[in-house]
Amino acid sequence: MRWFFHIGRYTRLLGQVFRVPEKGRVFWNLLVRELDAIGTQSLGIVALLSLFMGAVICLQTAHQISGWIPDYTVGFTVRQTMILEFSPTLIPVILAGKVGSNIASQIGTMRVTEQIDALEIMGVNSAGYLILPKVIAGVAIVPFLVVLSMGLGIASGLGVALLTGASGLADFEYGMRIDFKPFDVVYALTKTTVFGFLMTTISAYHGYHAFGGALEVGRASTRAVVWSVVVIMVANLVLTQLLLN
Amino acid sequence: MIEVKELSKEFAGRPVLRSVSARFEAGKVNFVIGRSGSGKSVLVKCIVGLLEPESGSVAYDGRDFTAMDVQDRKEVRKEIGMLFQGSALFDSMTVLENVMFPLQMFRTASVEENRERALECLRRVELVGAEDRYPAQVSGGMQKRVGIARAIALNPRYLFCDEPNSGLDPQTAIVIDDLIRAITQEFNMTTVVVSHDMNSVMQASDNVHFVHEGQILWNGTREALLAGGPPELEAFVFASSLMQRVRKVSRGI
Repeated sequence: MRWFFHIGRYTRLLGQVFRVPEKGRVFWNLLVRELDAIGTQSLGIVALLSLFMGAVICLQTAHQISGWIPDYTVGFTVRQTMILEFSPTLIPVILAGKVGSNIASQIGTMRVTEQIDALEIMGVNSAGYLILPKVIAGVAIVPFLVVLSMGLGIASGLGVALLTGASGLADFEYGMRIDFKPFDVVYALTKTTVFGFLMTTISAYHGYHAFGGALEVGRASTRAVVWSVVVIMVANLVLTQLLLN
Repeated sequence: MIEVKELSKEFAGRPVLRSVSARFEAGKVNFVIGRSGSGKSVLVKCIVGLLEPESGSVAYDGRDFTAMDVQDRKEVRKEIGMLFQGSALFDSMTVLENVMFPLQMFRTASVEENRERALECLRRVELVGAEDRYPAQVSGGMQKRVGIARAIALNPRYLFCDEPNSGLDPQTAIVIDDLIRAITQEFNMTTVVVSHDMNSVMQASDNVHFVHEGQILWNGTREALLAGGPPELEAFVFASSLMQRVRKVSRGI
């Protein structure tokens, strides 16, 4: 029964979020700020993870196939892993931890310190004012981060392949191009967009409905991350079945 | 004027307000006093629409707020200013940006005009020079004054103050009380102050409403308050030795 309660309250919150903003200029300023907070400030962690994951995938593949499968498989595996799963799923999961907890704690603190009440008293749609810019920024910027992650991961895989001799440049390049389906990128970016939406709205939901004090804000932040990750995983399964089969 | 009629509110089946009726007059500082948990904050939250009452009505100068849809309520809320117990300043904004916020949201004026109006409000609460500081960088008393400046920025007709003196030293508390009183008279606002601070009641109130166990048990002026009333009121008002002395002096004992 609690699930139905939360799903109902979440849906109602979304109804409040997706309303025309009171002031376009104020909304635009907030959106730019959120694009920076969610996008620019996540570049470092996304780049770091992608570089290492691309390198590790390359080494693991080379280790498993050495001697009995063609060398171009290294490039093929790095490409497929980065495009299909690592970048579009694990990057949003990492961002759910970094950005999601930030959103939940920021909105939760505003709730317990009556800043949200202050917005409501002024006649401002607090849900729209606080959450809509984060959702739009998340949906808009996470696909860019994922594309960056794909590029860095593949480049890192290539670099490590050349440095360790796991694969030659020609083999890696051939593996990169073999059986490439452009729809894989469409699939990846589609689910990334959905994950960006889920991550920001679920985190905002938990922050918006926090109550009490600092302890509760901390709990709301933890719940935001856990539920974002759980729902992203479920959505990943559903979207993969829908889009690839 | 704000008129509350037979307002009832309960939480999980536990009644917190029981058919409360009250009238808060314009140009007056109307205090709502009572013990912690008596229902005074819930009453004010129902009046401003932060909580939905189970039954009853709230009328702002004859306009039935409880019967309005979201859009009409937004219009009324633009006429409401509120000072929160913890000031509720936006901590990511400077003092000036906090005061400018309602102006930016609801006025069509230029940024420069809004800035000038915000500075005017800050001058009114004697906070010139602090406009570039963040809320965390100013004292509790200054935060309250910023809260008042923000509340009056749009020239509200109604001002609500929730425990305006909590956490303040007696001297600063008097400054805030005097400011609320002066602003109320200056702008002819209907001001409602929730408090359990008797010093504040004696300093700033015109009318007093005593809430006890979700009901308004007594209302009258601060002078009448000293003359006494129901035992619950007397127990609350004269709880401190200072107020007991005041009672003795006022009754010539």
